Amino acid sequence: MAITPPQFLLHHDGDNVAVAMMDLQPGTLHGRSVKEGTESDAQLNHAIPLGHKFALTDLAEGDAIIKYGIKVGLASAAIKKGDYIHTHNMRSYRWEASRA
Amino acid sequence: MGSKPRLMGYRRENGTMGIRNHVIILPLDDLSNAAAEAVAKVIPGTLALPHAFGRLQFGEDLALTFQTLIGTGKNANVAAVVVIGIEPKWTQKVADGIAATGKPVAAFSIEGKGDLQVIAEASRVAAMFLQDASALEREATEMGEMIMSIKCGESDTTSGLGSCPTTSQAVDRWVAAGGTVFFGETSELTGGEHLIAERCIDDACRDLFNLTYENYIKVIEATGANLLGSQPTQGNIAGGLTTIEEKALGNIAKTGSVPVVGVLKPAQEPDPKKKGLYFMDSSSAAAECVTLMAAAGAVIHLFPTGQGNVIGNPIIPVLKLTANIKTANSMKEHMDLDVSGLLRYEYDLTKAGDMMMDVIYKTVNGRLCTAEVMGHREFTFTKLYISA
Repeated sequence: MAITPPQFLLHHDGDNVAVAMMDLQPGTLHGRSVKEGTESDAQLNHAIPLGHKFALTDLAEGDAIIKYGIKVGLASAAIKKGDYIHTHNMRSYRWEASRA
Repeated sequence: MGSKPRLMGYRRENGTMGIRNHVIILPLDDLSNAAAEAVAKVIPGTLALPHAFGRLQFGEDLALTFQTLIGTGKNANVAAVVVIGIEPKWTQKVADGIAATGKPVAAFSIEGKGDLQVIAEASRVAAMFLQDASALEREATEMGEMIMSIKCGESDTTSGLGSCPTTSQAVDRWVAAGGTVFFGETSELTGGEHLIAERCIDDACRDLFNLTYENYIKVIEATGANLLGSQPTQGNIAGGLTTIEEKALGNIAKTGSVPVVGVLKPAQEPDPKKKGLYFMDSSSAAAECVTLMAAAGAVIHLFPTGQGNVIGNPIIPVLKLTANIKTANSMKEHMDLDVSGLLRYEYDLTKAGDMMMDVIYKTVNGRLCTAEVMGHREFTFTKLYISA
């Protein structure tokens, strides 16, 4: 099953965020979904470290961020496809007071 | 790898099966830590368990402290116990609770004697307990006779992708072999609590789970606090986790696919006739959670980590695994298993599960885990509210 190590992983097909599997520089990356094994390319706009996330689609403020096929937060600002996603532009939808 | 070797453990007087053979010196309260630690110095090979509480507690909070102390003494990894307290009444209560197992227990109180006399008397008994424990021999056992607990910490996004799914493999195999597993971390189910509710084995279990979860979250939400930095922790955030919901789904990824057969209060023992996966109401703070699970009878713990938690426990081995290559390399002395290869697609999840089971088998049979070697013995009580 040896394949080229993916540069990013998403949990499920349809997730709108992906996770960096190594420290990444902006550019076109190759990755795959864990559940379905679907390979894909994605654009990254910023340098991000291992484990951090970037957007696979454009998101408007208030849009759901989907990971594991489940809503894990909301965009707290407009996010472009390929943008770095973290506490500066994403927040909890359950714990309203928990925001950067 | 993956083939099941012979497992060997210590059969206790009440039939429970342990994988370590500790003689512990258990202080009832903070005031008795000095005497307990002195006994463990006089008789090397015994283990003192200092802690910060045990005075002026009341009601449910006091009951949990008693349950934690008694449960720790009753744990099958413990061969014998010396209890030392400032006054005789509560000291005897804890000693009696432990003695119900049939294991050797002795109680000493300090008032009217002073530390020095108690240290002398308790050391004589500790010496005898240690010699007797050292003569005990391991016998054949199986997973069905032992309780495993799981809790992750300093998680990052690699936890939900690698170390937690690997732990899931071990949970499913342990339960399939007839064993019992505890998971907890009540607040850390937020955003995925419905996934646990769906796995509850019947309506009674589901109702109790939902009530337990809601009660815990009410306390948190009533504060109105911004929890960023607490839950998720600063370490979680540094590792790329942004929200409690994202962290929760990674956490839940370690609980296997088996049904939830019961819901336990903190440090509550499971029904010995009902094996399987139990949820325990607990804090997500590593040492608090593992201390409660050990007090409920867990003899081995699996601890997936991302950014690198270093936790151990005085009486149970805490096995740490990571899928973060940076952590695996930079904190080698704290890691029992590196599954970062899973994320590079060097092997599949079944193989990662085989690797995990191999480490578990060796640890059961006596190989020290990194936390034991590094001297991590965090014994931390859960405090429910202020003392009187």
